[in-house]
Amino acid sequence: MKGLLGRKVGMTQVFDVDGNRVPVTVVDVSGNVVVQKKTEDSKDGYNAIKLGFGDIKKLEKEGTEPKWRISQPRAGVFTKLGLDPKRHVKEVRVNPEDLEEYEVGQELTANTFFPGEFIDVTGTTKGRGFTGVMKRHNFRGTKASHGVHEFFRHGGSIGCSAYPARVIKGKKMPGQHGNVRVTVQNLVVQQVLEDDNAVLVRGSVPGPNGGIVLLRSAIKKTHG
Amino acid sequence: MDLLKKIEEQQLREDIPDFRAGDTVRVHLLIREGEKERVQVFEGVVLGRSGDGAKETFTVRKNSYGVGVERVFPVHSPRIEKIEIAAMGRVRRAKLYYLRDRAGKAARIRTKRNRKGE
Repeated sequence: MKGLLGRKVGMTQVFDVDGNRVPVTVVDVSGNVVVQKKTEDSKDGYNAIKLGFGDIKKLEKEGTEPKWRISQPRAGVFTKLGLDPKRHVKEVRVNPEDLEEYEVGQELTANTFFPGEFIDVTGTTKGRGFTGVMKRHNFRGTKASHGVHEFFRHGGSIGCSAYPARVIKGKKMPGQHGNVRVTVQNLVVQQVLEDDNAVLVRGSVPGPNGGIVLLRSAIKKTHG
Repeated sequence: MDLLKKIEEQQLREDIPDFRAGDTVRVHLLIREGEKERVQVFEGVVLGRSGDGAKETFTVRKNSYGVGVERVFPVHSPRIEKIEIAAMGRVRRAKLYYLRDRAGKAARIRTKRNRKGE
């Protein structure tokens, strides 16, 4: 297992070696830093690395001490290690044998992944607010004519009558849609841009442009 | 946004001639048959171009044995060997979708020798 935090830049298309068009999502992964290593035989009890991502402004005013634009306890975690604080911190489980490759303070680049590799991408989907049943669950709604009135986008009946005398759990109804953490599995790394420190992922990735996403090696699919 | 632009710019081809809707073009396509590659030519009228950057495509319409055939090509596709302009057309709109409803004499397009400023 390996991972990187990134910022979704947007989607575009590239041509592959055969000349086929491939839709890709560009993920900017510059500024990934290893903040902490967790090992099985320490008090943590499992193997992982903690990643920091996203720059933070430093407030510099004459006559006062420079201050990071982040709470002191959160900044302290980084400054104690002699690092610049990062906005986002995420943990990635790592195999014990790979753990030696990482060092605290080490910068991780897009080279962590290679083209053709399968990865899982986690992000927060675009929030759509409180949404009706047609948009949220792809219900068909009701007829536009044949005497239907004031019942065009409704879901219809939600169950039976005296038996069971309740609504079944998990019944699809209107409610909050989007703004949830979602993982898309088995996406393919199309290309790695070393100079720009970016990863091109085949297909789409959850969240808006500019959203923070976590790239990890696929847990189910290791090779095509 | 700049990174997206940069990636797209790397895909662009410089050797594509300037052609527009109404022009008659010959598109030389690389076709793979098993191991061998050969060139196939698709000739017809450009109905329009759509999109921009590396994503730009164009539609070519031709009449094949009485049946109208339309194909959409990516302008910057590496599978296109070259594009030849057979004739330049004088048209008054950017998208010539009205040609789909016409056949024979009615589907003719007036040609012109060269573009303004060339």
